Amino acid sequence: MTAATDYTLAELCIVAASQAFANEGEVLATGIGVIPRLAASLAMKTTNPELMMTDSEAWMLSEPNPLGKRPDDFVPARESWMGFSRIFDNVWSGKRHAMLGPTQIDRFGQSNTSALGGTYDRPKVMMLGARGFPGNSISHPNSFFVPSHNTRVFMEGECDFVSSIGYNPARLPKGHSLDDIDIRLVVTELCVMDFGGPEHQVRLVSLHPGVTVEQVEENTGYPVHVPGDVPVTVAPSQVQLDIIATLDPHNQRAHQIKDNPPGNRG
Amino acid sequence: MSKQMTAAEAIGQIEDGMTIGIGGWGPRRKPMALVREILRSDLKDLTVVAYGGADVGMLCAAGKVKKVVFAFVSLDFIPLEPYFRQARQSGAIEVMEVDEGMMLLGLRAASWGVPFIPTEVGLGTDIITKNADLKVIDSPYDEKEWVAMPALSLDVSLIHADRADARGVCQIAGPDHYMDDWFARAADKTLVSCDELVDSDYFHDPAQARLVHWERSATTGVIAIPGGAHPSSCAPLYGFDVAHFKAYVASAKDEGGIRSYLDKFLGSSEDEYQQNVGGLDAIRAIELPTY
Repeated sequence: MTAATDYTLAELCIVAASQAFANEGEVLATGIGVIPRLAASLAMKTTNPELMMTDSEAWMLSEPNPLGKRPDDFVPARESWMGFSRIFDNVWSGKRHAMLGPTQIDRFGQSNTSALGGTYDRPKVMMLGARGFPGNSISHPNSFFVPSHNTRVFMEGECDFVSSIGYNPARLPKGHSLDDIDIRLVVTELCVMDFGGPEHQVRLVSLHPGVTVEQVEENTGYPVHVPGDVPVTVAPSQVQLDIIATLDPHNQRAHQIKDNPPGNRG
Repeated sequence: MSKQMTAAEAIGQIEDGMTIGIGGWGPRRKPMALVREILRSDLKDLTVVAYGGADVGMLCAAGKVKKVVFAFVSLDFIPLEPYFRQARQSGAIEVMEVDEGMMLLGLRAASWGVPFIPTEVGLGTDIITKNADLKVIDSPYDEKEWVAMPALSLDVSLIHADRADARGVCQIAGPDHYMDDWFARAADKTLVSCDELVDSDYFHDPAQARLVHWERSATTGVIAIPGGAHPSSCAPLYGFDVAHFKAYVASAKDEGGIRSYLDKFLGSSEDEYQQNVGGLDAIRAIELPTY
């Protein structure tokens, strides 16, 4: 496929994030938020047609729904009922890959969606709560999307509240191994990372065009394993861009990364 | 036997200090008219178990709550519930924070009469370190440790259904009944408000009967309150009221806070509340959300 030259950073992130779902086989792909949802949808339309997806309400779809308001005569491609209680049956079976955007991600890959700062009894900022993060993180593979890569998200020390299990030996449950934990990609507006460094250290997988290793290091509150040769994140093809445009007809993706910059910042 | 009652009679069955389950999910199909009746009462020190939205926020802000059992409290399209936030950030409430699925297991355990259900959910997270009462146990069958999610036994559950008959056959016609069947089973008393009271023969049609998710023996009271889920949604009858939720959220930043919101909307009865928000026709005209 020929790489496009004119694409936004959001579109680059969607294509990079869709890689998380490419080799997953027949699992439920859950992307929470515009970019993760488009990433999962793009994967279902291209690299992995076996993926399953819901309409974010209560139905399983054979085809991803476009985002936002749809025409009155639009008929979703429903294939089964999939209410919230049934989601847990799927989660606990492990046949799922979720991509979410927590508020903090520490060096162990633990994440926080709940209490920030202060004490647990009286947090400085109360966010959503643990939601489904504890169950997701111990049951099936997960990836993260972070639209603003900085040291508040990738912070020094441990998360103020640990919503999801990570590669932290001190918290490893009895009878489990760190290899049971399966955090896949961390896609940000600067780069793609994973936890494939020595002893599950966070590792740089690719740099978005025009971003330097130093930028990533400065904006991450803990050491990043940098392999000898870090590739540039692959640019979207025109085919991928066309599919993304069809999936997001109201261009919600333009509002996901500050100032909606171009994909190549070189 | 008719289980019909008024909202005041229903809420009259709740006592200070009780544990209350509230059905629905975030801004979706919450028994808000029954919650408003609690707001009009002198009840206090409640423990609330819910997939929380403005129901939890309003009860916290009005000083009705001692403890919240939650996995999230959110209005979805407005991620953070402002009054729940205030209650947490001021240390006004106790909490038991669990995973969404753990709450389901707790309701199932209560429904089935078992003290706990083992799960690996919560291991390795602060769910087990911040909940002093939550036990991690050894398995008699393997070498692993497991979280023993305790039964979430409820004194009363409050649920909003699309339709019900007087005997307590309740129908949820929207695409998802969430965990409401488990809330109904986990409680000593289940009080169900409904948008439409129907004759029992309504359910002779199997397509309608298929949308009944628990037996009538699990229903204690039926309260006919058309529009009673407002400002949350009751699909397919009406969506959630985006403008109203925005006004509610904005009130948290005003000096008057929840008092200004309640003074403006609550009224002394549900009729008065509905007049204050534009009437039943306006509620029923609210468009369903697109996800």
